[in-house]
Amino acid sequence: MFAKMSLPSKLSAVFLLGLILCALFAPWVAPYSYETQDTLRTLAVPDGTHWMGTDRLGRDVFSRMIYGAQISLFIGVFTTLVALVIGTIYGAVSGYVGGRTDNVMMRIVDVVFALPDLLMIILIMVVLGRGLWGIFLALTVVSWVTVARLVRGEVLRIKEFAYIEAARAIGASHTRIVFHEIMPNILGVLIVTLTFRIPVAILAESTLSFIGLGIAPPVSSWGTLANDGWTAIKFYPHLILFPSLAIFLTILSFNFLGEGLRDWLDPRKTH
Amino acid sequence: MWMYFFKRLMHGIPVLLTVATLTFGIMHMVPGGPFDTEKKLPPEIIANIEAKYHLDKPVWQQYLLYMKQILQGDMGPSYKYIGRDVSDIILEAFPVSLTLGLCAVLITIGLGVPAGVISAARRNSWVDHSCIFAATLGISLPSFVLGALLILLFSHQWHLLPPALWEGPKHVLMPAFALGAGFAGYIARLTRSTVIEVLGADYIRTARAKGLSETTVLIKHALSNSITPIVSVMGPLTAGLVTGSFVIEFIFSVPGMGNFFITAVTNRDYPLIMGVTLVYAVLIVLANIFVDLIYMKLDPRVSLTGQRT
Repeated sequence: MFAKMSLPSKLSAVFLLGLILCALFAPWVAPYSYETQDTLRTLAVPDGTHWMGTDRLGRDVFSRMIYGAQISLFIGVFTTLVALVIGTIYGAVSGYVGGRTDNVMMRIVDVVFALPDLLMIILIMVVLGRGLWGIFLALTVVSWVTVARLVRGEVLRIKEFAYIEAARAIGASHTRIVFHEIMPNILGVLIVTLTFRIPVAILAESTLSFIGLGIAPPVSSWGTLANDGWTAIKFYPHLILFPSLAIFLTILSFNFLGEGLRDWLDPRKTH
Repeated sequence: MWMYFFKRLMHGIPVLLTVATLTFGIMHMVPGGPFDTEKKLPPEIIANIEAKYHLDKPVWQQYLLYMKQILQGDMGPSYKYIGRDVSDIILEAFPVSLTLGLCAVLITIGLGVPAGVISAARRNSWVDHSCIFAATLGISLPSFVLGALLILLFSHQWHLLPPALWEGPKHVLMPAFALGAGFAGYIARLTRSTVIEVLGADYIRTARAKGLSETTVLIKHALSNSITPIVSVMGPLTAGLVTGSFVIEFIFSVPGMGNFFITAVTNRDYPLIMGVTLVYAVLIVLANIFVDLIYMKLDPRVSLTGQRT
């Protein structure tokens, strides 16, 4: 599988793997803790001791970036996973049962869909307050609907196939048909969706944190680091460049990886 | 056509009602009020303030009052900008955001469509590959990163453009580009794939067989037949521009609705939050109707009942 992917997809996979390992083993990878202050060298430019310089409190930016990766990746991966599970179950039930139930269930989805994601997230966060769990919940609430729509469409398509009828004819239960006959057929689509939705979540979190409505201190993500750098952009541009670069490269890598996976899973496309 | 328009408009009303009710509900679930201050106010003053903003009435009365006001186009006074009505603030900020949004759309289409067509015409060449690569870069680059980068280069490094505020054509360039560039990536890819599909059609072979130049075939035959899918994403694009404007207006200190919305959220200025949210909802509902109408005009296969064949 890996050998068949394009060069950008391969590089992306390697980059993301490295990033995840760095985030997981942050205390061992980071040269300093995320709050250690080097009070003699505040706002230092990058050099041998501080690879990405220091911020206004003299904290090592490189170390803070690695701890920030924990938060950014956690939000990206886990909100998407939770949304995927909820959306898949919801969409599968809606599509499989059909009729009135489907109608009512999709109306609810339409309501969540009516407003743009970021607007909804901000409104929900007004209630829940800033912070890791607020953003986690808000992101989940808006992202499961996309998955639900997609899965419903797939289920509607697949349930008409002859082999489903055959399964029904030999007396398979509904649960069996959904989980053993239909699900394996949409697994590929789900994996690709997961890869494409993670960067969307990462982008949403970093954008919110950047405008000061996301993660609250002392926890910091790449978005809050970029916000810190934003206030000093004129004289200390390195403070915003590194977090921005990290966000950009991560989103780019997920997109390349998603494309690679999609091409690989798409039987019509030969490489 | 007009019947269809009104029918669609009627469909939009429940959506707007739901949005209004939801925002009202959300704002009333919020812990802490806009008048919570560090110092304890005397109870009489609190009672006065609450009476002024109808906060002393039961929730259902507040809800009915709120709905009545909205229908009259009155969104109540702002809690934080004392003496100003939400409607006034929105009326003042809306044209700014609209200008920014329209300029961004121009950039999106002006960059995206040509790039997509060229890419499709030179399929699998280095031009095509670099266009796709640039499009993926554009999609992956968060608008605030692009905005910050533009400010860093064009304002702080080369002193060519003003880094903030909204005082003339020069102030529009960077925010519009930062807002539109990402969507241009989507449009470019979409245009590329539809044009490639269309180029395989029989009538293109006919056009070529007639001896038409490749440019004529591309522009007149291929592009004009690829326009429908591009139009269909204009609805989601509007929604994207709305949320994109939050960040862009924040970065470039543009006095538009997005900026007011962010400030309102930080200030817990509920009437302003609700007002701006409603305007956005109306905007998106209208944009979707508009897109469907154009869609119908362009594609005769889309029937008046809204059923796509």
